[in-house]
Formats: sequence, C-alpha cells, structure tokens
Amino acid sequence: MSAAWLTVVVLFAVTIAFKAAGPVTVGGRSMPTRVADVIALVAPALLAALVVYETLVAHGGGIEVDARLVGVVFAAAAVAVRAPLLAVVSLAAIATATARVLI
Amino acid sequence: MLAKPVMGALAPIVMSVSIFSGAAQFAALSVLAAGGTAAAAIGAGVLMNARWLAMGFAVGPSLSGAAPARALRAQAIVDASFAISSRGDGSFDQDRLVGATLPQAISWIAGTIVGVLWGSALGDPEALGLDAIFPAFYLALLWGELERHGAVNGDSKRAGVAAALGAAVALVVMPFAPAGVPVIAAVLAALVGLKRR
Repeated sequence: MSAAWLTVVVLFAVTIAFKAAGPVTVGGRSMPTRVADVIALVAPALLAALVVYETLVAHGGGIEVDARLVGVVFAAAAVAVRAPLLAVVSLAAIATATARVLI
Repeated sequence: MLAKPVMGALAPIVMSVSIFSGAAQFAALSVLAAGGTAAAAIGAGVLMNARWLAMGFAVGPSLSGAAPARALRAQAIVDASFAISSRGDGSFDQDRLVGATLPQAISWIAGTIVGVLWGSALGDPEALGLDAIFPAFYLALLWGELERHGAVNGDSKRAGVAAALGAAVALVVMPFAPAGVPVIAAVLAALVGLKRR
C-alpha cells in the first residue's frame, strides 16, 4: 500500500472513532449545570483558536504573518455588518489575492 | 488540486469522502508533499481531527437513541455543523447537526473532484487567496456562536472571554507545537465555564 493510501485508511478509522467516542459514552445523559456551562464554551474557544490557527499557520508548522491576515480583517468587517457567509469568505479571498499582488 | 501531484487522482477523492476535514487533509497532505512518511502524515491528521473528540463529548449528551445510532449520528460532527447546531447553553440540536452536514459533504466532495480533475486550469490556489477562506469561515461561525450565547444567556460575555482565551492559547502554543495541537490546547479555555455566574 502506498503512503498516501495508508494515510487515508488509518485517518478514516481514527476519525470515526474520535467522533463516536463522546456520543457512545455520554450519549443521551443530562449533564450537571457546571459541566453544561463548560461544554457551552467549547465551541467559541475552538472556533476562535481555528481563526488564529488558519490565519497564521506556516507551511510545516510555526507562525507566518502573510496576506491571509488582510483577508481576515476584511472578513471581520463584513461579519460586523452582517454580510452573508458567501460574501464574507469571497471578500476574504479577494482581499488576500489583491494583497499578494500588491505586497 | 494541491493533492494530485503527491497522491494521484483517486486517493484525494476517497480522502474527502471518508475523512471530510479540510484541516486534517491539508495537514496530512503537507507532510506527504514535504516527503514525510505515512506515519508522520497520519500523526498530523490525527492531531488536527482530535478537536472532534472534544466536540463529540460536548455533543454527546444531546444525542438520543441507542449507542450505534448515536455513533452514526456523531459522524455528522464537523466544525460548521457543530457551531450551527449549538444552542449556546451547552446543548445541541441533533437534527440540525445532521441537516447542516449533508450539503457540506456534497459540496466538499464535489469540490475535491473538480480540483483533482481541473485544478491545474484554475491556477495557484494561494494566488487566488483561497487559503484565507478557512479563517474567514471560522470567524463567521464564531460570530454566530457569540450571538447565540447572547440570545440564550442574556449576555455573551463568558463566550467572548472563552473565545479570547482560546485564541490566546492557540497563539502562544503555535510557535513550538506540531500541527493541530494549538487548536486542541485551546479547548482548555472552556474551563472558564466553571466560574460561577
């Protein structure tokens, strides 16, 4: 099996297991208030981290500040005026592409 | 379209169907493209997708039915559906979770097929600014999540604090941690929920 196919097969199995672990073990139970309070904050914490990560991650790890940051600033402005999702991501791409030409 | 020189035509398409995670697929691909081993590529993909382990435990209590049915429904957990189905009070709408994932799966797989078959005609994805789509997408999801917290709890202050802390943790961990780890580490920011209101 080639490295590419081995990667696909193993990642497939691991991904299924990751997603199923929580629902199988704690599925259908009601959680104490304090646990629910923590769970409610997992989404904002993860999403904010993903914004930072996807804006700054360099090829092969580490931080690289590049034109993506320009795109994200424009996206933030679009989000703030309640632009639809498609407009937000399109504006980010256009602003980033333009910045790459200009910088 | 990034994957074809490294993986051939079929493997990236199968990858999109089976793994369905941009972040994990790109992480694994970038290792293979740099000449890394399958083990290193798998490690990068696993770390990237470990955030779904955390999301699974968050969504778990909201899923009903027998264990196999819950495990199956859990496969609909992806970033956007997790955010969209979140009610902001720690519970999740399981129908929205599945309903939000189906159209995404179709467009993700179709996009991969287009990229593999005709990607070279589109040109360099970075010149088109396509890499900025991911952070912009997550930013829009984050905004919606903060608004829901505001609507449910009367104020979105705690969610805002968790978001700011999560972003800070990711930023601090990024320079020295391997792919994906900064995002998982940011889950710790949710512990501000332990603070009494």
